[in-house]
Amino acid sequence: MSLNLVSDRFEVLRDQNKCIQCQVCVKQCSNEVHIYDKEDNVVLSDDSKCVCCHRCVAMCPTKAIKIRKNTLEFKENANWTGTAIDEIYRQAQTGGMLLSSMGNPKPFPIYWDKILLNASQVTNPSIDPLREPMETKVMIGRKPDKIEYDKNGNMITKIPPQIELNMPIMFSAMSYGSISKNAHEALARAAEKLGILYNTGEGGLHKDFYKYGKNTTVQVASGRFGVHLDYLNAGAAIEIKIGQGAKPGIGGHLPGIKVGPDVSATRMIPEGSDAISPAPHHDIYSIEDLRQLILSLKESTNYTKPVFVKIAAVHNVSAIASGIARAGADAIVIDGFRGGTGAAPTRVRDNVGIPIELALACVDQRLRDEGIRNHISIICAGSIRNSADIVKAIALGADAVYIASAALIAMGCHMCQSCSTGKCNWGIATQNPELVKRLNPDIAYERLINLLTAWNNEIKEMLGGMGINAIDSLRGNRLMLRGIGLNLKELEILGIKHAGE
Amino acid sequence: MKKVYAFEKNCLGCGLCEVHCRTAHSKSKNIIKTYKKEKVDSAITIEEIEKNGVKTFFALQCRHCVEPKCVQACISGAMYKDENGIVRNIKEKCVGCLSCIMACPFGAIKQSVNGNIISKCDLCIENGNDPACVKNCPNNALKLLDLEEKNNS
Amino acid sequence: MLKEGQVRIPAGCAISGIIDKKGNRFNGTDIIKSIALMHERSNGLGGGFAGYGIYPQYKDFFALHIFYDNNQIKAKTEEFLNEHFEIESAGNIPTRKVPSIKDKPLIWRYFVLPRIYKVRNLNMDEDEFTARCVIRINKEFGGAYVFSSGKNMGAFKGVGYPEDIGDFYMLENYEGYIWTAHGRFPTNTPGWWGGAHPFTMLDWSIVHNGEISSYDANRRFVEMYGYNCSLQTDTEVITYLLDLLVRKHKLPMEKALQVLVAPFWKNIENENSKKAKELKALRTVYSSALINGPFSILIGYEDGLIALNDRIKLRSMVSATKGSKVYFASEESAIRAICPEPENIYHPKGGEPVIVKLEAK
Repeated sequence: MSLNLVSDRFEVLRDQNKCIQCQVCVKQCSNEVHIYDKEDNVVLSDDSKCVCCHRCVAMCPTKAIKIRKNTLEFKENANWTGTAIDEIYRQAQTGGMLLSSMGNPKPFPIYWDKILLNASQVTNPSIDPLREPMETKVMIGRKPDKIEYDKNGNMITKIPPQIELNMPIMFSAMSYGSISKNAHEALARAAEKLGILYNTGEGGLHKDFYKYGKNTTVQVASGRFGVHLDYLNAGAAIEIKIGQGAKPGIGGHLPGIKVGPDVSATRMIPEGSDAISPAPHHDIYSIEDLRQLILSLKESTNYTKPVFVKIAAVHNVSAIASGIARAGADAIVIDGFRGGTGAAPTRVRDNVGIPIELALACVDQRLRDEGIRNHISIICAGSIRNSADIVKAIALGADAVYIASAALIAMGCHMCQSCSTGKCNWGIATQNPELVKRLNPDIAYERLINLLTAWNNEIKEMLGGMGINAIDSLRGNRLMLRGIGLNLKELEILGIKHAGE
Repeated sequence: MKKVYAFEKNCLGCGLCEVHCRTAHSKSKNIIKTYKKEKVDSAITIEEIEKNGVKTFFALQCRHCVEPKCVQACISGAMYKDENGIVRNIKEKCVGCLSCIMACPFGAIKQSVNGNIISKCDLCIENGNDPACVKNCPNNALKLLDLEEKNNS
Repeated sequence: MLKEGQVRIPAGCAISGIIDKKGNRFNGTDIIKSIALMHERSNGLGGGFAGYGIYPQYKDFFALHIFYDNNQIKAKTEEFLNEHFEIESAGNIPTRKVPSIKDKPLIWRYFVLPRIYKVRNLNMDEDEFTARCVIRINKEFGGAYVFSSGKNMGAFKGVGYPEDIGDFYMLENYEGYIWTAHGRFPTNTPGWWGGAHPFTMLDWSIVHNGEISSYDANRRFVEMYGYNCSLQTDTEVITYLLDLLVRKHKLPMEKALQVLVAPFWKNIENENSKKAKELKALRTVYSSALINGPFSILIGYEDGLIALNDRIKLRSMVSATKGSKVYFASEESAIRAICPEPENIYHPKGGEPVIVKLEAK
């Protein structure tokens, strides 16, 4: 046996003066970090297993526990950091690809934080959202070029099916399998209450959730897990997943340990088998194939549901978007490189794809240059962290945003990024029934409603400040944005001026 | 009357209800002092059942029965049902015969750690009837409800 | 300092408008007097008028009013005009010397018709042809600006108080059945005459008091259809939106106005289901044409005059009638200055257009 060289990432600090040996931490840690020594009546910890999920910290009744980054030092080296060294040890020991969860944590620029918003003064009054109507309703779907009337003044144009959202936010795709049934229940119930949609992800739709159908987007991904006619007709919209921001070019990956009897039945795959979606859809090798799939989905649902196409933000995202618009999709979802995932190869997650802010600006401008922006709605995703990000996204040109990581955090996620182990201590990214219990859907759905309601109110405040009382007037309104600390090229791509101009 | 109902589908078996029950009935009302300096019973206990490799937990405490068997069994008159329906125990009258423990069909009464008397749930009557276990359960597994509310939930 | 065309200048101002429903023509004296009363609302950096019915002898010709910076660009533009139009008559617009009006450009007027073979070759009607030529001149011919392009109507504008501009263009010599006027209070110093109101496209003319917060959303929408917002002043975008909705998409005027000031969603829900469905469809398809921000505007067009306020009435607008005349202005006093005993004085509600149609011409 050779030495394990990988260092512990975290240290568990326990204040023994505060510890009452109640053993709540011992019972609650699924990674078995805390151990009770009966003989000496003391609780000890095995730091090597800690993933920094804070479950013990939150549950400890006397707040006796702190988790700290391991202070073990490597010799200072800006190039060969401790993490870089540990990753090599890990791969030398296992021979495996490094797998990670949630979104890209590397310090690439966050453009949302370099964009500022306008407010109206003197020449244009700001509007008070508490006293005046402030509209955040959006209609997602394909629009015709114009509306035509007959001689008698009756409207003769047929409008394709639209999704009516009370606010420009939806829950993004997270599959049943990557997250628990309780998490899905919380998302579905919150979507229903808020008047928005949640997304099944590529795990199919559990039979208990068909009743939330009119607030559901059903996803058709490359593995076609759980896809059958009733499934397609159950939702309010259908989403073809071509790619996702966390792992462009790669399909979904659900480790076999997360495929229990329920997941297996919903996905229509054998229990315990790894659910690895193929990289491309094997019936979409070019844009005309996509058009064929969009039309077949519409045929099978009688043209009653809009079809979204979700792509990852990559280098030629504008050209792809233009193709998708012409292929007949009703909305295009662009997922930036910060998007989350249940499991992805670390190198792909951290190095492939481009920021959503730039991708969104390019796609919006390209569609306008081609005169087809009105045909299709743009939904953007890939790390929307707060309501200011949403306002900036809409001003750049999005119709609505998708949130996923933020929703999970609202439900209790602490971003420990260990989802692929299936041992989520918060009951979110696990299928273990004892852990799933920890996410009480009654509590979780209220937290989601609280978060989105608060964000919607913040959006209204910012809209009112700009002298706008309908979100339609913010869409694509880039003069409301100014960049700060951006170079000329970045300003050009974003299509905004610099602060002071 | 309102009682505490336990919902096993939400119970994590964490034991925080036990910690807070002890603290609420302590002299210091401080968790650390309670555990390090005092000896206090918890009137609520986590029960664990394992079936097919899956564990279910729920928190057990006195059901404040309509016709309490413990009151019938008590030889010294320490057990009684008060005007609000709460089954209470007068410490000074308890002789430690443990008949109530044997009579309780739920096993909700225990021997106290403080001498030859028993310990059982008093619905936090000295804390304004605001049960500490309900307030501090991290997953809404304990709720203070009357029978109609419980049937509707 | 950036020239006006390169930067967006918000402005607060004054507007006034008169229409004689029976089509009786009257000269520009009244409208000048009305706008002059609201002197304090302007700061002398822009003023303008639009008159309809002023060229009866050329009523079938497009009357192009053009500013030129110098003779070279004039020559180049006239070459373009000759290539695309038959010019019936050309000459500079007569003006008189007014001490406060300085630095004027060359101001010329042409009565033209599109060359038939050109129109046929391009498979479009003469309105579309003329509109495209105007957009092209304004975009590509730097130093030339077509500021009026309708039939039997014309805009007259420049840098100065509106009453001085009216004096300068000798508007007392023109007779029309619709007159609108505007005085500007821009918050920057423009150097260019093109920035004053009204903004026109073919027979549309718009004078506007307010600032459009939704400007960039509207601009990026309307520019998809071939328009070019060369001046970056917000009023321009309203003109193009109307031209798109009414002339190109052939929406009835009332529906087009309902697109610009779309009713609130909660009010749509209160309508009967057929109307609600229609309003919802209009709002869904044309959501980027909704105009947000405070405004009161007067729209002149071939069939009459329209007054419109933003949905929550953040700018003033008063209306009154007398005989066959209908008056609109930013202030009641401006109406009383020219009509001492007006009748039916009222303030149009936010978001509800007032359409006054000509009964005869």
